[in-house]
Amino acid sequence: MQLQTRTQSTVTTVTVLDARIDAATAIQFKERMREITAGGEGRVVLDLTQVQFLDSSGLGAIVAVKKLLGPERMLDLCGLTPTVEKVFRLTRMDTVFTIHPTLDAAIEDAASA
Amino acid sequence: MPPAPEPCARDGPHGVVIRAEPTSVRAALRSILAAPPVSEIAPRHRQTVELVLAEVLNNVAEHAYAPATGHVAIFLMRFSGGLVCEVIDNGAPMPNGTAPAGRLPEFDLSGGDLPEGGFGWYLIRSLACEITYRRQRGTNRLGFTIPLGPPVPQASDP
Repeated sequence: MQLQTRTQSTVTTVTVLDARIDAATAIQFKERMREITAGGEGRVVLDLTQVQFLDSSGLGAIVAVKKLLGPERMLDLCGLTPTVEKVFRLTRMDTVFTIHPTLDAAIEDAASA
Repeated sequence: MPPAPEPCARDGPHGVVIRAEPTSVRAALRSILAAPPVSEIAPRHRQTVELVLAEVLNNVAEHAYAPATGHVAIFLMRFSGGLVCEVIDNGAPMPNGTAPAGRLPEFDLSGGDLPEGGFGWYLIRSLACEITYRRQRGTNRLGFTIPLGPPVPQASDP
């Protein structure tokens, strides 16, 4: 699981470089996100622009990351491709996360918060 | 208006047998998507096929066989209205002998107690229809149809 991390003031951006978050990588994704976000503070933006496929295991892992960040730290999402967006919409998890169309929009929103 | 196509198979069933574990499922999905009949389906429907098959096959790996592993066979047949699928394994039977109801897990928007699982069968039931499950002589047979709309005419069609 390839993740690219960038921290700007209080926003940590994590870009998923893999094309899939699925049953084969969901646990690894969750563990890598735990390492990246450990001890930090402020908002986390998960950039899914390059993710073409997300199954229920991948969705569960993203929800798990939100839970491990706790109520004080936001996990925002951006760049949902059509298949990924469909999984969030069908499961109504699109109502649980703040979803931005692009990474720039997500960072702009975090900066104005 | 040409007459509606006959509701019969365009050709015989396409089958593959794989090991029921996540990396084999991923590799199998790649080859299933790249070959007929799925490669001939419109991209937006292909994504639905990939998602439903991923959920079904990962369930076999995680529930029917876990903690061991085994084989799973996938048969696909393109009909005029959809892709008919049958998935066969020799793992444990479905709980209560029936395919799960697949209700959306309940959650509260405050985010404290969000579900991390239980979405798989909800997605399968949202995207597939005519779901049948039979347990016969130690074998699970799950049948379902993924609706696809009318087939795109092939160049070789008369």
